[in-house]
This record gives sequence, structure tokens and C-alpha cells, in this order.
Amino acid sequence: MGRITRIELYKVFTRKRSYIGFAAILIIVLITLGAIAWEGKDVFDFLTQNLTQSFYLQGNLVNGYMESYLVLNFLWVHIPLLIVIVTGDLLSGEANAGTLRVVLTRPVSRVRLVTAKFNAGMIYSFTLVIFLAVISIGSGILLLGRGDLIVLMDTLNIFPSHDVLWRFLMAYLFGLLSMTTIASLSLLLSAMSNNSLGPILSTMAVIIVFTLISSLDIRVFDLIKPYLFTSYLDTWQMFFSFNIDRAEVIKNGAVLLGHTGLFYGLTVFCFSRKDILT
Amino acid sequence: MDPAHVIIRIRGLSKRFGDIQAVDGLNLDVYAGDVYGFLGPNGSGKSTTIRMMLSLVRPDSGTIELFGLPLRGSRRAILERTGALIEKPDLYDYLTAFKNLEILSAYAGDKVISRRIMEVLAVTGLEKRAHSRVKTFSKGMKQRLGIAQALVGDPELLILDEPTAGLDPQGVKDIRDLIATLNHDMHKTVLISSHQLHEIEQVANRMIIIDKGHAVVEGEVKELLKDRDQNLESYFLNLT
Repeated sequence: MGRITRIELYKVFTRKRSYIGFAAILIIVLITLGAIAWEGKDVFDFLTQNLTQSFYLQGNLVNGYMESYLVLNFLWVHIPLLIVIVTGDLLSGEANAGTLRVVLTRPVSRVRLVTAKFNAGMIYSFTLVIFLAVISIGSGILLLGRGDLIVLMDTLNIFPSHDVLWRFLMAYLFGLLSMTTIASLSLLLSAMSNNSLGPILSTMAVIIVFTLISSLDIRVFDLIKPYLFTSYLDTWQMFFSFNIDRAEVIKNGAVLLGHTGLFYGLTVFCFSRKDILT
Repeated sequence: MDPAHVIIRIRGLSKRFGDIQAVDGLNLDVYAGDVYGFLGPNGSGKSTTIRMMLSLVRPDSGTIELFGLPLRGSRRAILERTGALIEKPDLYDYLTAFKNLEILSAYAGDKVISRRIMEVLAVTGLEKRAHSRVKTFSKGMKQRLGIAQALVGDPELLILDEPTAGLDPQGVKDIRDLIATLNHDMHKTVLISSHQLHEIEQVANRMIIIDKGHAVVEGEVKELLKDRDQNLESYFLNLT
């Protein structure tokens, strides 16, 4: 299995499109850094002008952690798109190119092939998220320095500098889990398709529609929200509150893992029965 | 022919796609050492039959045995002894010829031996282009690389689906000569599909003509051609 996974990884990382995600992350982080460096103080003063009537804000609050938190918020919306460009193409891209037909005339089982592609998709997703973490936190600290982090969610949370890094670490770890679910969904749709674009667009459509349902406060949607994986994708935000509901985090993680397992199982089922006609 | 030497045995094979009966109760036998011509007009069910032999497509009914083993349940053992080129040689064109063969060998679980890869590239006349990217290859070179990937596992049986499709006359001759070499010198059993009778005449010793998914003529090529009174060519042209 290790050998086939290595082959799949080799194929992923020798294709130019696999680097689109890395380039996009780099550009977004650089733009955010530039914007904060130039106008961050003014924007921060504008956003906190009401707070200054009640609080006295002191120290370097426009810092690398603030930049990393902003990037984290921007990119959880866009990272799935960057991931499915690659994972949505793993099976359908090969079906479209005809190489799947050639590979399956070799004595390799379909289950092993799907599992190797699943592994490669996961490793690619992990690499992208870790790259985001390292680039945004690393460059943020390097260029803007450390400081306390102000997070406005339901309440105003101000985390001292020494209490921030582990929260980012946990948020990114949970992010890995979320991206695993998205990658496995796109692999499932990829197994059902023979063209590259279909699974990429359908995965994004599913994420957009489900996220919309998850975020709309309409009573009829409350019945289905617990069954939608998108309802759990933003669990990483819980790490930026003082009272972390650990049971909720574990439950949400288990739901995402369950979805990943379900999507993987369905991929194996569909692909094992698929007639290769391309 | 001794039944013990049957390499491919198909009985009652059928496959339907929606309203189209692609293969309809097909029977055929290929013996060790044959170059077996699998002839039929476009859409007659040749490619579907070949895809079923390689378990790319699931049959609706019927049995397929290769090397005396049922395909269902012995897929891996069968494919270890079989090399195939199905229609176009679709390979990873962003990789080199050598890397393509290395990857495809590794899928098979073979210990990748560079010497073997260079051998099959030499047999197919591509050794000087081993480290060129496939996207720089001509159609004929890609076709030969397709045959090289089929040969890399040193199979006993080669299944070639329309291997000369779209090639110029020199390319067709090169492939024909290569098939003769593989059969005579390397003792490979070859099943070659085509929709051109004259192509099969020149390379095959036995053949089958299928139409609408079932066999219409089967036998020794010499015998069938001797019986020109039946006018095999006209018969085939009527089918096409």
C-alpha cells in the first residue's frame, strides 16, 4: 500500500495544478500582511473606537497573531476550493485522460487504488493546511511581532500573547479534520464522474448549499442541520473562547471523522462497481 | 487443439448498456501461441469484450477464463500474466517514457528493474527516447510505448485493441512487425482486435468475426481465406 500511495503522491506533486493552492495561500497571506502593515493600525482604531470608551487598550495589538487570525477566517472559506482542485480530480481526471484504464489493466485491486488515492488526497490536504499555518503565523510573527490577540465572537476575548499559539495549533488540527471530510467528499464525487470539472464544481456546490442551510436560522432547517457535515466545519472557532466546550469539540470531531469514513466507504463501493468505459 | 492449451475461454458472455446489447452470448477460445484476430465493424462489441476480459467492465452474464482460471476471483493472478493495450495508449504525458513504465510496473507490485524497462523500450524502438516526456512523442511512438507498457511485466498473453488505429502506413507496418516478433521470437500469445480484415489476414493464424455482439465466423485464417468462394471479404464488407 505504501508503494502505491507514494506513486499517487508523486503524480499529485508533479502536476502544476497542485501548486495553485500553495501560490494562492502565499499571495493571500502577503496581501493581508501588506494591508495590515500599511493600514492595520487605522483599521484597528476604527474597529475598536467604541471599546476605547470603556477600555484602555495598550501594547502591540496589531501583531502577527491578529494577522494569522484574520487569514484563518478568510481562508477556511477558500481552502476547500483549493483542496478539491486536486482531490476532485484524483479519479475523474485519470478517467478523463484514459490513464485509469491503463492502470487498471495492471494487477492492482480497485480497493487498493482508491485507498492509495484517498491517502494521497489526505496528505495533500494536510500539506496545504500546514503550509497555511506556517506561512501565516511565521511571517506574521516575523514581520509584525507578537502581542495579545483580540477576538470578537459572542463576547470580547482578549488572549495574552503566551496563551495564543496553542489555540492556533488546535484550530489548525481541527481544520485538518474538516479538510479531510471535504477531500473525501470530493474523492467520492470523483469516483462517480469521468470528467475533471464535474466533481470539483459539485463538491463546491454541496459545500455552499450545506453551509447556507447550516448558517440560516430557519426552524425547518434545524431538523437537518445536525446531519450536515458543514455544521461542524467551524468548530475551530471554539478554541478562541475562554471556556472551551471539550465534549462539543470531541463530538463535532467524531461527526466529521464519521462523514470521512462514510464517504471513503461509498467511494470504494462505487468505484469497485464502476464500468471503465473511457 | 489440446484444451489444456486454452489461454482464453469465453462462454455465453453478454453485456447490455441501456437499450444497446453490446455483447450477446459470445463464445471464443484462444490457444497458446495464437495470434488471434478479433474482427468486427465499429460498434460490434470488440472493445466491450476486451474490457470484460480485463475486468474493466462487469459482464451481465457468461464466464471468462484465462489460463484456466475464472476471471472472477482470480483477477490479480490473471493480470500478472497479461499485458494489454486498450484503444489509445493513454499514458502520463507530463512524465518521461521511462517514468511511465516505472510507475506502471510499481502498480503491479513488480520490483522495478531498470534493465527490464530499457529492454522493452529497445524492443519497441524507443530506447533513445526513454527520458523524453511522452507529450513530445508522435502518435506512432505513443502506440509503441503503449505496447512497451503491456510488455513490461513479461506477460504470456498480450491483448491489443486496435493497435494500429490512426497510424500512417509505416507505423502500421512497424506494429505488425513487432507483433510478429513478439509471437515468433518471444512466444507471446496475442489477441489483436481490428475492424480491418486485411490487417488481421497479415498477422493472425486464427480469427473470429463478430457483429452485434455475437460470433458470425470463427476458424483458421488460412482455411477461411482459402474458401474465398464464400467471399469472406465481401461478407465482412457487408457487415461493415
